[in-house]
Amino acid sequence: MWNVEVSSACIGSGVCAGTAPHHFAIGPDNRSRPVATPLEPHEAILDAAVSCPMEAITVTDAATGAPVEASL
Amino acid sequence: MTTHDDTLALPLPPAPTLYHPTPQLAALRANRPVAEVTFPDGSTGWLVTRYADVRQVLIDPRFSRAAAAGSAASDTGIAIVATDSILGMDPPEHTRLRRLVAGAFTARRVEELRPKVTALVDALLTDIAARPRPVDLVEHFSLPLPVRVICELLGVPPEDQHIFHAWSDTIMSDAGGDPAEIRAAMGSLATYFGKLIADKRATPADDLMTALIAARDNADRLSEQELVNLCFGLLIAGHETTANQINMFLLTLLHFPEEYERLAKSPELVPQAVEELMRFVQLGEGAGLPRVTTEAVDLSGVTIPPGAVVVMSMAAANRDESVFADADRLDLTREITQHLGFGAGAHHCLGAQLARMELQEALKGLLRHLPGLHIAVPDTELRFKSGMIVRSLQSLPVTW
Repeated sequence: MWNVEVSSACIGSGVCAGTAPHHFAIGPDNRSRPVATPLEPHEAILDAAVSCPMEAITVTDAATGAPVEASL
Repeated sequence: MTTHDDTLALPLPPAPTLYHPTPQLAALRANRPVAEVTFPDGSTGWLVTRYADVRQVLIDPRFSRAAAAGSAASDTGIAIVATDSILGMDPPEHTRLRRLVAGAFTARRVEELRPKVTALVDALLTDIAARPRPVDLVEHFSLPLPVRVICELLGVPPEDQHIFHAWSDTIMSDAGGDPAEIRAAMGSLATYFGKLIADKRATPADDLMTALIAARDNADRLSEQELVNLCFGLLIAGHETTANQINMFLLTLLHFPEEYERLAKSPELVPQAVEELMRFVQLGEGAGLPRVTTEAVDLSGVTIPPGAVVVMSMAAANRDESVFADADRLDLTREITQHLGFGAGAHHCLGAQLARMELQEALKGLLRHLPGLHIAVPDTELRFKSGMIVRSLQSLPVTW
């Protein structure tokens, strides 16, 4: 499982929620959050992290705490 | 196709001023927030005007860009280009291309470019200050600034501006209603970039185009046509809007002189002033790139059926009183808001952080170098290029 965090750098662009709608949602404060954490690993989560203009999304392995990096 | 008597015809009548959206939008937002509309070709769709609804249309994947390809409201140059590009795709196809370029436009990467942009602003404005007045700000500042920034980032020779700018202008217009002219301009840009890409293949450089070529040649992450379209899309998107937004920022600030004075006295307000101006300024009157519903969706109590064309007014959403108190007032001290000037969702402006930084540095530079700046002609003598999707000045004579 992956732990997914959205930092306070989020500007609510909605890029993640548009890119990975099953994994991110925009809250009433117009900022993004993961729909749950930890989440089942999915490429769309890494897509969203890479696409975030603020680099506000971090993904870590829930078991080891190691960062999960998107393959380029 | 049958239309109801109360179906609204698009486009709406033009706004009577440069500084506010057409008044009909406020009435629609209050009374018919999801309005059935007729496009010029007689087909029908929906116009969305409230902030929350517009944001939802932009973010919610049930509103598809890919399904809107070739639909009504898609006859502008940008819509034709969009159909063949990243702007006409939905995730996950869209994501495959967006991922390749997103890293070059993050807030962090853009900050690294700031000192260079500040130096460029200083050089352009030092040159202007030495010229006989009035000076055309379009020719000497608002166009060359973003052109040089995106050219350097991409790896396009900036001196080719005289070659590509006319094609770029055509694509950002309705080409007098002649799509053939737009396709010709796209063909010319594709040929131009085909040659540039061949040159870069032979002589790689430290720029985004070289990185994209590597993504194609080493990892097969995109097709040759996608490579070409992405490059010229970035070139156009990277300068047309920013150049015109610099002009519109200045016109709007000078129309509200107390706000301009406030900024001149407190340049530390520039970052939030840029956000407020992004919210307030009427860069374009159009309704954004259309979406098509993939299933029935309820918005503000109206059920939009599946397969319906939906357009949204960012200008109306950005003046929504339920989100922005006293929304029709320009207030540079307004707390930074999540305006929709850069859109939202998967297609949120890729270059938003870059544009923000350029606009901040442009304003700071104008305040620093040209105190007392004013437009040398009355509003009635301002000449805009016709048929453009953003308000595009032919020239902006200024003095100080």
